[in-house]
Amino acid sequence: MTATATPPTAAESPRAYQRLGDRVFSKSALIAGSLILVILAAVAIFLVAQSLPALVADPNDFIGRPDSFWAYVWPLVFGTLWSASLALLMALPLAIGIALFISHFAPRRLAQALGYIIDLLAAVPSVVYGLWGIGVLAPAVQPLYTWLTENLGWIPLFAPPASGTGRTILTAAIVLGVMILPVMTAICREVFLQTPVLHEEAALALGATRWEMIRMAVLPFGRPGIVSGAMLGLGRALGETMAVAMVLSPAAVVSFAVLQSRNPSTIAANIALSFPESYGVNVNLLIATGLVLFVITLIVNSIARWVVNRRKDFSGAN
Amino acid sequence: MSKRIEVRDLNVYYGKFKAVEDVSLTIEPRSVTAFIGPSGCGKSTFIRTLNRMHEVIPGAYVEGEVLVDGDNLYGAGIDPVLVRRQVGMVFQRPNPFPTMSIADNVLAGVKLNNRRISKSDADDLVEKSLQGANLWNEVKDRLDRPGSSLSGGQQQRLCIARAIAVEPEVILMDEPCSALDPISTLAIEDLIEELKRDYTIVIVTHNMQQASRVSDKTAFFTIAGTGMPGTLIEYDDTSVIFSNPSVKATEDYVSGKFG
Ligand SMILES: Nc1ncnc2c1ncn2[C@@H]1O[C@H](COP(=O)(O)OP(=O)(O)O)[C@@H](O)[C@H]1O
Ligand SMILES: [Mg+2]
Repeated sequence: MTATATPPTAAESPRAYQRLGDRVFSKSALIAGSLILVILAAVAIFLVAQSLPALVADPNDFIGRPDSFWAYVWPLVFGTLWSASLALLMALPLAIGIALFISHFAPRRLAQALGYIIDLLAAVPSVVYGLWGIGVLAPAVQPLYTWLTENLGWIPLFAPPASGTGRTILTAAIVLGVMILPVMTAICREVFLQTPVLHEEAALALGATRWEMIRMAVLPFGRPGIVSGAMLGLGRALGETMAVAMVLSPAAVVSFAVLQSRNPSTIAANIALSFPESYGVNVNLLIATGLVLFVITLIVNSIARWVVNRRKDFSGAN
Repeated sequence: MSKRIEVRDLNVYYGKFKAVEDVSLTIEPRSVTAFIGPSGCGKSTFIRTLNRMHEVIPGAYVEGEVLVDGDNLYGAGIDPVLVRRQVGMVFQRPNPFPTMSIADNVLAGVKLNNRRISKSDADDLVEKSLQGANLWNEVKDRLDRPGSSLSGGQQQRLCIARAIAVEPEVILMDEPCSALDPISTLAIEDLIEELKRDYTIVIVTHNMQQASRVSDKTAFFTIAGTGMPGTLIEYDDTSVIFSNPSVKATEDYVSGKFG
């Protein structure tokens, strides 16, 4: 928008001369930018318009006859946040570790190979992860779950009885964790690689060991990137449908116990599972839960923004 | 605190490429030694061997000995991390940690290796180091601001404060003023004059006047041609190097006929 070939003199028109290329580029950038807003607005309007009937309807018309709309949504909201947080909790440290290994410890060849493998993981469809969760992971972890409830059952998380199939919210969270690992690893790896050599050498020259250098220069510098990566992963975990729908046999409960057979479902999985049999106001009900998920995602993203901006002066971007 | 450095028959490599060949010299304690020479002659490469920062680069290695008060830095079983705590370094571009406050930058080296330090000791050390770097008066009201909020010259003095906070034996400076304006440059030169009372200082500079102003001894390096290793041509008192050098190449270089 600011491209001027020569400073305009008084005799010339006050409008700066713009090259055709610049004009085309700035217009198309503007259109692309607006398109995002338009799409977002269209989705939001659709969700709100279609949700309204459910919000004013008599709860008795809903499947399962919940006390109210919120009584119906709350276990789903809980299940969504709980499974996604568990997934993030397990996957983020691993992602940071792998990214550090690739960026700062592994020999070049190995680092490249690992990078490819991680990227490949991201390309696996979620149905496959779901099948893996049911067929391989659940039976494999079931004995461990039984052991945990027998020996650490006093911790509320591991309260007995253990599920006989292994298909619990923890299993779903592990599957989710594996699914979000690649994108988080890729983003962390990129930001870690961008740490200025200047700052790494500053740390080393002070007598930092490799790990101290990473704590001093790499991790603080990569913090905004780590947060962004975590949010992308969390967003994917919050919205993931197939893998959760396949692994979990849902119940409308709110419980922190992760090893039992009665588990809260998630919003997205619930929509996928219930939609085929829904009719009338129940369709609106499901869409309303979708609106809730939309809002949750917005809130999570705003929190991430806030976390990143809070220490903007210290980000190293200036 | 400050120590004598003896370099013996040092060859410095980047993989197969020999960047510096056969350097031997002795640097006296509590003196300032300047390295001069045309770009690419290996001044940075050589100075980084004095605190084992050279080997941070993949494939880079050194042959020969560097003795600090008689102990070989490259001896068997010597930990490069401990060497770097004794031999501090200031880089060409100011590099305070942007994610740390000014005070934390000063304390960065001190807090390494989980060394604990009480709040009051830390405050004292921050003040002492910043005083030592002639920066205290300018930043004492904003110690909690990020290091990157300072001007280039202030950032470089912050890096010097960070280096002297760990009380090294030697301070290496690789063109510390080349990214700075003339006023900041003078501030750093004054500082070097003061630091020399306590430390052995080695400085690489492209600026002849700077070398003659701040240094006691000067080493002139050059290369025979591209792809050839850099060599030490002449090493003597600064006054001799600038007024009456014994090698023609040195005279040409310091008088501006070459380089
Ligand atoms: N990281 C590196 N890898 C390979 N060669 C390098 C590296 N850094 C410097 N060199 C080479 O070593 C020689 C000396 O460079 P340098 O020490 O930076 O010179 P100076 O500081 O005197 O300008 C040059 O030929 C340069 O190309
Ligand atoms: Mg250099």
